[in-house]
Amino acid sequence: MTQIFQLYVFILAGFVGFIVIQRVPPLLHTPLMSATNAISGISLVGAIVAAGGQYGKVATILGFVAVVCAATNVTAGFLITDRMLAMFKGQNKAKGERRAAIAGAGAAAGDKSPAPGSEAAR
Amino acid sequence: MSEFTSRDLIIQASYLLASVFFILGLRSLTRPNDARLGMQQAAMGMLLAVIGTMLNAHILTYQWILIGLVVGAIVGYPMAMKVPMTAMPQFIAFSHAFGAIAATLVGVVEYGHGGSGGEGGTVTAMSHGQAAALGLEVLFGALTVTGSFMAFGKLQELITGRPITFKGQNAVNLTLIGVAFVSLGLLIANPANATAFYVLLGLAFFLGISMVLPIGGGDMPVVISLLNSYAGLAASATGFAIGNNVLIIAGALEGAGGFILSLMMSKAMNRSFGNIIFGAFGAAPAAGALIKGAAKEPKTISPEDAAVQLAYASSVVIVPGYGMAVAQAQHVCRELHELVQKKGGEVKYAIHPVAGRMPGHLNVILSEAGIDYGALLTDVDDANRVLLTADVAVIIGANDIVNPDAEEDKSSPLYGMPIFRPWTAKAVFVIKRGKGTGFSGVENPLFTRDNTLMLYGDAKGVLGSLVKEIKALDEGH
Repeated sequence: MTQIFQLYVFILAGFVGFIVIQRVPPLLHTPLMSATNAISGISLVGAIVAAGGQYGKVATILGFVAVVCAATNVTAGFLITDRMLAMFKGQNKAKGERRAAIAGAGAAAGDKSPAPGSEAAR
Repeated sequence: MSEFTSRDLIIQASYLLASVFFILGLRSLTRPNDARLGMQQAAMGMLLAVIGTMLNAHILTYQWILIGLVVGAIVGYPMAMKVPMTAMPQFIAFSHAFGAIAATLVGVVEYGHGGSGGEGGTVTAMSHGQAAALGLEVLFGALTVTGSFMAFGKLQELITGRPITFKGQNAVNLTLIGVAFVSLGLLIANPANATAFYVLLGLAFFLGISMVLPIGGGDMPVVISLLNSYAGLAASATGFAIGNNVLIIAGALEGAGGFILSLMMSKAMNRSFGNIIFGAFGAAPAAGALIKGAAKEPKTISPEDAAVQLAYASSVVIVPGYGMAVAQAQHVCRELHELVQKKGGEVKYAIHPVAGRMPGHLNVILSEAGIDYGALLTDVDDANRVLLTADVAVIIGANDIVNPDAEEDKSSPLYGMPIFRPWTAKAVFVIKRGKGTGFSGVENPLFTRDNTLMLYGDAKGVLGSLVKEIKALDEGH
């Protein structure tokens, strides 16, 4: 039964992912990728249990390596995402101008994000 | 199953909150202005999940966990702060590999220990469902580890960026996949079958290498997206194996993201998705080096003359490719942009979905140089509309994404790929290192069109001399 509930969670989360991520404009596709990468560093949670639970020496060593790798993934992933997103925001001049720029970017990219590959492009 | 304590309640609450923050964080990426704050909240969500996990009753010693966290932070911090934006694809590949190593190791530990539901710590205590989850976890995990390291090697040019192919490659890969699935089936049928588990693990490592081997540098956006998806699936499978919902959710989010991006990239390159899943995509266009008989010589223009046209243009569209990033020409490009703007011209950038080495790569590189993202046209149709009325289109280090054969020549390997139409502008300047072909090895008839003028040289050098000439125009008056 547990596995059925897990499958529910997986499918619903995947669905939410599709709906949300489909709307991310191509402008932010690289930060999107580093963001999802950072978030999936959540394997850290599994690694912590493996390293801290007394399952024997080998398990502790493997768990420790897993914690190091996952923690690197999480730290680097979130920091680089932040660094990139700061660049996208960095060029605000006057507030009104910034709004206009965003509206422009939204009109160019956000409203029809699936368009880049559409047949209409020909 | 043990009874549900208040401690468990706190742990589950922290996971639920973390999941909500993750989803809100990704949602914030739909609005460039809110994205930074949203992702900072997602990072807080991660911290919350880690703290919650520390309360787990199964954890008896904390020293290795804390040392591991500190080491990870020490390794991760300088990596993230020092990596140049041009190297972002390698960096992401590297980061995928690290996450996947963790998922794989957790899978190995859990298998040895008999799954989280195992009472006596014996393998026989594992259910078929758990065996399936662990099997998929090490399959996707190990595949992502070696696949990401291969991608890293290719992007960093430690390995040749050209596709490495051999006879019967697809047959070998299909056999590997077949044996992997048989092992997975055996493992699910009998969870105690440790041989099947380790054979699966070994094969998955091998599969990661053999899948990325035949893929060329130009196809990297697809590979990176696909690895993104696999890394997510590995994390999700970990969640199934250890009965942890936040892992399942976070993994599903990344899996979905990677899948969407792979689809978009394959559309933008006009390759079928099936073609990509089976990893055969690197090999296809290699034979397509069609050299048109009696090709005309491209016309050239001097930087002086080009500068005059740019200075008096009212609309300029720049089409950058990966060549611009390689030459580190984005900063001098901004200088040119500002000069043209000062002269009263409007400058826009046409960014193709597959320009660069990963989805959206050039947007980051241009933003790094301080170019306002309002000037970046990321939709092919929008960019083509602007090109219709542009005075000058400047192609910098791009080739296949402006090849008219993609629309006009049915025999071209590029045929059907959505491209920019710079030739609809009054004049086209092409900044190019030499007379070679693009990644796909296909000739580009754009270069011999009547309104196309070539500026041969390194992108940074050519743009620098254009900037100098425009400044000289001012001083002359």
